[in-house]
Amino acid sequence: MNTRTRVLEALSEVHDPELDEPITSLGFVTSCAVSPAGDVEILLRLPTPQCAPNFAYLMAADARNVLRRLPEVGQITVRLDDHYTGEEINAAIARGEGFTGAFPGETDDDQLDSLRELFERKALVARQARLCEAMLADGATPEQVTARRVADLPDVPDARRCLELRGRLGITCDQGSPAFVAPNGEPLAAHELTQWLRKARLVRTSLDVNGGICRSLLQIRSQGPAEQEEAGT
Amino acid sequence: MYSHNGDSFFVVDGHVHFWDASPANWVTGQEQYAKGWIECFHAYMGLGPEETHWPIEKFQKYSEEDFVKDVFEDGYVDVGIFQSTYLKEWYREGFNTLEKNAELVEKYPDRLIANGRWDPREGDAGLKQLEEDAERYNLKGVKLYTAEWYQGSRGWSLKSPESQRFLEKCQELGITNIHVHKGPTIWPLDKDAFDVSDVDYVATNFPELNFIVEHVGLPRIEDFCFMATQEPNVYAGLAVVIGGLMHARPRFFAKVMGELLFWVGEDKMLWASDYAIWEPRWQVEGFVDWTSPEDVEFSDYPRLTTDGKKKILGLNAAKLYGIDVPEELQLPDEAGTPAAREDAQLVDSA
Repeated sequence: MNTRTRVLEALSEVHDPELDEPITSLGFVTSCAVSPAGDVEILLRLPTPQCAPNFAYLMAADARNVLRRLPEVGQITVRLDDHYTGEEINAAIARGEGFTGAFPGETDDDQLDSLRELFERKALVARQARLCEAMLADGATPEQVTARRVADLPDVPDARRCLELRGRLGITCDQGSPAFVAPNGEPLAAHELTQWLRKARLVRTSLDVNGGICRSLLQIRSQGPAEQEEAGT
Repeated sequence: MYSHNGDSFFVVDGHVHFWDASPANWVTGQEQYAKGWIECFHAYMGLGPEETHWPIEKFQKYSEEDFVKDVFEDGYVDVGIFQSTYLKEWYREGFNTLEKNAELVEKYPDRLIANGRWDPREGDAGLKQLEEDAERYNLKGVKLYTAEWYQGSRGWSLKSPESQRFLEKCQELGITNIHVHKGPTIWPLDKDAFDVSDVDYVATNFPELNFIVEHVGLPRIEDFCFMATQEPNVYAGLAVVIGGLMHARPRFFAKVMGELLFWVGEDKMLWASDYAIWEPRWQVEGFVDWTSPEDVEFSDYPRLTTDGKKKILGLNAAKLYGIDVPEELQLPDEAGTPAAREDAQLVDSA
């Protein structure tokens, strides 16, 4: 595996905080150049030049952070391409500063952290809904579903991401802990499952729809015709 | 009016614009924002059918003839509601102000309604202006942008004490329809401009007023839905939902419609084209033809009947605005009352 492949693999860990999808599969990484000395230059292009600066910053900063963990990588440059606050954000990222460094006096980093956390909780709900629906579709009863443990979860991307999110949110995720939890970490009771799932499905629809709009807009931006059908649902 | 397969629909477009975003109207020093704003809108137009796309020059500034043709003649719209959008920090004469909209209303008094606006940060002067506007233009509604810039401030909340004064004034002046923009926006940086909790708060405190959440809180539909089920006087403004999804993402569109029908109900959903982002014609035709997919994924969403479509396309808004609907375009009594407030509680207890 060469450095560029490892760089792209590392970038696939960076998620759009609002959509909970890797920036690589969303098509946001438009260029990834590695010099013979191991210096890396990444260009990120978002669906519109006006995408929210807070989320834009988080993706750029996260991209830089995952690359710093690769020992073979030298200098790292992550830049937002054609974004209306790109200059400010690029400069702050290059200096290794937080969001307040990009927009002094206009924001604070705590608010950004709580916004990220809010979306991590939504993402956990949405991913769990998918796993849970699959189990119910396979014939499991609500009692059986809520009795499942982390160890019982299938080895699929949704389950792996759930555990990652639980880790980030400080929700216990050892093998014996409940497979499904409310956004605050409490286990779900069987009698609440249907109602919880109704709400969880809406959260998932919301995330999916946003992702769909972003993909369409990105496509319009790159001058292609808009996709007509979403891949899966 | 739109007639199709023996059914006739009274059409109220809850969100139309007649804007000027041409370079001549850009504020010096703010060109990047003025340009960025209209280009962002133009990208959204790309989500509609290709034959309805405009070149950016026309999109920046279109004529009165374009408006009349696209909305009234080709678009089936009986009555259009202007949602005034000022953005004077970026556009010298404003993006589409009440004054500008009122000029068109004067020419087509039975076909257009102009909504006003207010901003609590303008204090007493703003209250006075609202009184004057209400009298001059006979306001029945306002459009509020909680994320708008104003003298260094980058947004406000409906919960603020100043906002309460303006809402009391609305109640006093009979301005009963409060449209709140909770949808795609450009700034502010750190606050979540889509947060609908402030609507929740004022909907409870002002039960006489109707709160129409424009763009249903996209991209946070779930927060909007959970809130709307609790508040009988909260309505869903469908601008962007139909224009942005029905053509570009039909399956997602069906899911969003299914969720809105479940959580909010057909009595509380108001169609709007968001013209000139999208032309009304394809939206009206497509929506009347629309049926939810048959797959199991969609099986437990409420079904939308022709009567439900009649409510969403016009009868609900007509009720909120007191627009006279010709007898033959009204619903039979057994089809329920458009814009009925009870719907929220019914759904909630389901």
